[in-house]
Amino acid sequence: MDMDMDKVLEVRGLSKVYGSGCDRCFEETGPEFDSNICPHCGSVVAAHDLNFDLYKGEILGIMGESGSGKSTAVKTLYFDQAPTSGSATFFDQGRAVSLFDLNAAQQRQLANQRFGMVYQNPNLGLNFDISAGGNIAERLLMSKVYHFADIRARATNLLKRTEVMTERMDELPGNFSGGMQQRVQIAKALATSPPLLFLDEVTTGLDLSVQAAILDLILEIQQRSKTSMIVVTHDLGVIRLLSDRTLVMKYGRVIESGLTDQILEDPQHAYTQRLVASAL
Amino acid sequence: MNTNAVLRVQNFSKQFILQEQGVSIPSAHQVSFDVLERSLTALVGPTGAGKSSVLKGIFRTYLSTEGEILYRTQAGDVVDLATADEHRVIQLRRDEIGFVTQFLHFLPRQSTQDVVAQPLIKRGMNIDEARDKARSLLARMNLPERLWTLSPATFSGGEKQRVNLARGLVAKPRLLLLDEPTASLDPNTTELVVSLIEELKNEGVAMLAIFHQPELVERLADKSVTIQAPVSRQSKYNRELNLEKIA
Repeated sequence: MDMDMDKVLEVRGLSKVYGSGCDRCFEETGPEFDSNICPHCGSVVAAHDLNFDLYKGEILGIMGESGSGKSTAVKTLYFDQAPTSGSATFFDQGRAVSLFDLNAAQQRQLANQRFGMVYQNPNLGLNFDISAGGNIAERLLMSKVYHFADIRARATNLLKRTEVMTERMDELPGNFSGGMQQRVQIAKALATSPPLLFLDEVTTGLDLSVQAAILDLILEIQQRSKTSMIVVTHDLGVIRLLSDRTLVMKYGRVIESGLTDQILEDPQHAYTQRLVASAL
Repeated sequence: MNTNAVLRVQNFSKQFILQEQGVSIPSAHQVSFDVLERSLTALVGPTGAGKSSVLKGIFRTYLSTEGEILYRTQAGDVVDLATADEHRVIQLRRDEIGFVTQFLHFLPRQSTQDVVAQPLIKRGMNIDEARDKARSLLARMNLPERLWTLSPATFSGGEKQRVNLARGLVAKPRLLLLDEPTASLDPNTTELVVSLIEELKNEGVAMLAIFHQPELVERLADKSVTIQAPVSRQSKYNRELNLEKIA
């Protein structure tokens, strides 16, 4: 059985440093130093030497507290930020694409057509100057779906799937509750049926019942479309519910990784043990 | 490895190392046994001996401290579950190895029939067919039909246990791990579960089980393995020595 056939993403040596950087940055930051700020040059080592694989239909959880670097990985993969070093290979439609070797135009096209991204803050993922339906249409247009009736039908369909009332699809997102804005974001992210979806703290700050609904939706999407996902969160409950495997990050490093049930029931690292013991 | 053996556990040991407290808590120690096709092996021993730890070690919910856990797959190759790649374990859990734990874990708003249908859906079965199979198993477990569309969240312990069992049995795994499957059940329902287990055995399923009632061990087990209580020594754990191993 060839497991590599099903690999979607391969990340190796991914690092991101904010600032000039120096040759001591990596040796003097990290969990043992309780800091991601280099004591010599003041640069922030947001992430260092991240290595992970993602397989088709799998949900990978990246868990960490504030400042752990968990969002950094996803930001570089979605091209919101350029990495300092490292590689990421995306396996799609029979090709292997080296993400950080693409030029800006190629990156934009890939992000539009083959990735989906849902941010914690809907302001980052939605255009608040156009309607909910318009947001989805915009995405479809960017990936070269041009027929108006098709666009309208798809947008309606996606909003239905994400339980957004279609009667409101021509309203501006500013009129919606936080939970509904997140749902529009998810609908927008799914518009192009991407094989890879990034979800960055998507339920943080939402009411419990809304959180449950959105988590259900994410699982349904995974089951129905076998979408591969990276879920970034600080919430152990979300990790437990969604992810098959989990990376635990602290001060920019992965300190532990494994099957989610093993991480939660038999954590090895002192920090993971403390985190798990702290869950309400 | 004996060609009939589906599982061979060799010198399995488990210790829990609590980093901040600097202590090591011993659990199962040097456990070895085989589980054969179409048979049930029972783990017996005092509470706290580490019986559940053995099951969890096999399922990879726990990492082994020591030992090999050799599993012969449907395809015929032998995998050490203790060190297998995570994706391999995920695939085996989906297709071949089932675990009925003591506690029922389920998604918050899922209906009982969907909770039970999950393993079949994960294997690619059509959702309606999966639900049908789930429902017939729930009927056999005597779980009232009015509960099938509700979430198990508010069910009694015995009702939850029946849902748990139904989910574990529905996909007929090659190797089934059972942790106290009849603990919360009344005598009638226990009998139902006994017949279901016997049926599974006849269909070729290999089973490893912990029963809290000795009569069930007598009735169902083809073999029994005793797990001794760990030697009660709480050792001071040297953090420096082992930090590299974990990072």
